[in-house]
Amino acid sequence: MQFKNFNRLAFLGVFSLLLFSGCGNQGSKEGANGALNSSAAEKVYVAPGEKDDYYAFLSGGYSGNLTVYGLPSGRMFKEIPVFSQFPTSGYGYSEETKPLLNTSHGFIPWDDLHHPDISQTNGELDGRWVFVNGNNTPRIARVSLATFETEEIIEIPNSAGNHSSSFITENTEYVVAGTRFSVPVPQRDMPINEYKGNFKGALTFIGVEPEHGHMEIKFQVIMPGFNYDLSHPGRGKSHGWFFFSTYNTEEASSLLEVNASQNDKDFIAAINWKKIEEYIANGGGKMVPAEYAHNVYDESTHMATSTMIDEVLTVDPTEIPGAVYLLPTPKSPHGCDVDPSGQYIIGSGKLSADITVHSFDKMIAAIENEKFDGDAYGIPILNFEEVLAGTVKSGGLGPLHTEFDSDGNAYTTFFISSEVVKWKLGSWEVVDRKPTFYSVGHLMIPGGNSRKPFGNYLVAMNKITKDRYLPTGPEMEHSAQIYDISGEKMELIYDFPTHGEPHYAAGCPAELLAPKSRKIYRLDENKHPYAAIGPEGAKVERNGKEVHVYMSTIRSHFTPDNIEGIKVGDKVYFHITNLEQDFDVPHGFSMIGQNTSEILVMPGQTKTTVWEPKKPGVWPFYCTDFCSALHQEMQGYVRVSPAGSKVELKWSVGE
Amino acid sequence: MKKISHIILLLFGLLLMACGGKEEKKKEGFEYATPQTEKKEVLKEQATQSDEVPASQRITLDEKGVGPIENITLDPAIDQAMVDRGAALFKTNCTACHKVERRFIGPSPKGIMKRRSPEWIMNMILDPQLMVEQDRCAKDLLVEFNGAAMANQNITEEQARDILEYFRTLE
Repeated sequence: MQFKNFNRLAFLGVFSLLLFSGCGNQGSKEGANGALNSSAAEKVYVAPGEKDDYYAFLSGGYSGNLTVYGLPSGRMFKEIPVFSQFPTSGYGYSEETKPLLNTSHGFIPWDDLHHPDISQTNGELDGRWVFVNGNNTPRIARVSLATFETEEIIEIPNSAGNHSSSFITENTEYVVAGTRFSVPVPQRDMPINEYKGNFKGALTFIGVEPEHGHMEIKFQVIMPGFNYDLSHPGRGKSHGWFFFSTYNTEEASSLLEVNASQNDKDFIAAINWKKIEEYIANGGGKMVPAEYAHNVYDESTHMATSTMIDEVLTVDPTEIPGAVYLLPTPKSPHGCDVDPSGQYIIGSGKLSADITVHSFDKMIAAIENEKFDGDAYGIPILNFEEVLAGTVKSGGLGPLHTEFDSDGNAYTTFFISSEVVKWKLGSWEVVDRKPTFYSVGHLMIPGGNSRKPFGNYLVAMNKITKDRYLPTGPEMEHSAQIYDISGEKMELIYDFPTHGEPHYAAGCPAELLAPKSRKIYRLDENKHPYAAIGPEGAKVERNGKEVHVYMSTIRSHFTPDNIEGIKVGDKVYFHITNLEQDFDVPHGFSMIGQNTSEILVMPGQTKTTVWEPKKPGVWPFYCTDFCSALHQEMQGYVRVSPAGSKVELKWSVGE
Repeated sequence: MKKISHIILLLFGLLLMACGGKEEKKKEGFEYATPQTEKKEVLKEQATQSDEVPASQRITLDEKGVGPIENITLDPAIDQAMVDRGAALFKTNCTACHKVERRFIGPSPKGIMKRRSPEWIMNMILDPQLMVEQDRCAKDLLVEFNGAAMANQNITEEQARDILEYFRTLE
């Protein structure tokens, strides 16, 4: 026994020695390369009660939502529902918000949200709205940056796979939506193998009304049947142009993995939208039948309406001389980014090792001197060498997206080699490269696609997470990394999980939004037709089998909280008005057996939820948001009598 | 009038029962006697102003409370335009918890001018959270009214003054 014990002790001693030495080595390694050294920790640490420097709006991809984070802390502040129903607030379930998700295909409770872009004035972020695209059933949404709520959604006709969207021109004249999949325009029943030459790609220019941001489709450019992948506006000297990357110029309809990778070069399409505006002003373009929904939320009635529109103005680019040119770009370009000066158009051939940079000045000269290499369906193809500014020989593989800082540097993500590469505009030399974890897609620098980037932080959004966090079964949230880019070399300072699948993101300084963030909705501005402004407004009305309950809430009771005379077969609309006028005091409402979600009602707001009682009884409802010390007391009862019962309709509180 | 409506309700009830609507009157709840009721009787007899007088009945006219309002002078004549505005504001923002004719979630404003100073009233409207933290009477009112904290309704000073003018008419 004693011998055994001694053995054990000796073993423990040796083991702990190994352990200590192991720890020491590991520690120094981490200090040299890792994100865990103390200076990195200081850079991302936002002390309790203190605020972040930047807002970051990350797309939620297939969640259909937009998530709001702080930089540099990586803390998530809010998930904004846009294209998906969201029981947390009742978005898409409440009667007021259901119209926002209406389309020509009916009510659609979901979409794939890809590319947020913040509104701009003179090429700089102005913080009024953020625009996002629904990729699957083509739509563009506008989110208010005062309320952080979705205010408007417009469907895009003649489009499919709304991917080269929702990018805005430098005075927010337009938000632009390009189709990824070309389709028959107008849609019709035809053989798939007759794609070539018959399918079309619609590039849609949506006007943005400057005061309220209301969107209206101004025109669609009906382009050849390529895949329009990503886009960015010209800025500064190139303002008035818009650039779209294309792939599948082979016009394949099957096994694109192989068949759309045949051509050595595809194109970046340069669209002179100012020229198209002139053409339309002179009576050009063709109004064609279409069917698309335009859904607008009114902040004073707290209610959205959906309108179907039955025509759209289309333009044929071959009929507008000087409006559209094609810039040959190697290897199925994905990202299409324009530097802050507007001089360089960067095309990232996703199957390439190099990054292709076109020069705007050279493009204009090539057009003037007619340096064309033929045409595609009547659209001039410019000579590659004549427009090329330079090539970044990166040594990486699979370049995707580029953002910029304010010092003449560009930062490009490489999906295949999992890294961010920093390079210099003009000299094309690579300055730095840092690994990402893993397989990075988009990246975002606040203001990094505007004339005024804020070059402190870079966020890399990855497609693969693997071992970055504690495992959570087969499905994991995607990882993102924050790099400090204030110095010559990038430094990885933080790693955080994101929600859904972030594609693009947009960021801006906190001071642009924080001071004007809405705290409450004013009761005296509430124009909801079913609002109960003050408890005197509370009532219950029957109209056949429809019952409207005008109910108000304040800490911590409902008025009325006892209702009788409801019958099986009724459709009961609870219109809840929150009478609070204090910041961050929402009340919730949920009814047992409701075939929809609860609603969360903000101070001064009115929201409606429907209940169709199926069984006689006395059924309770309650507040879902812990509102005060007496929150558990915030409840009520509805008496449901059999259909045909003569129980009188009555309501009360405190009686 | 109230009695008549009660009678009508009762008749309706009887009518409904006759028609098949069930009104169950088996149980009227239960009673659990606590010394509390007795204590209240004793308190009422004490005429002196002390901590044991319920806050709602205490006279604290010398206390101005804590908040933005330090001193105001009331014109002897009541300004009817202000009263009208104040009454409308009160109806929208306050009646969910304060009823003129009875004690509800919070106390009735009736006769408040005899119990509280104008400054105290306005401070309570303008910053109830600060008042509950720092003013003795506001603190005690919170306890007396079951911990139902008064909501900050984001009323401006001008609006609070209008509400105060309305309160002057509630004798």
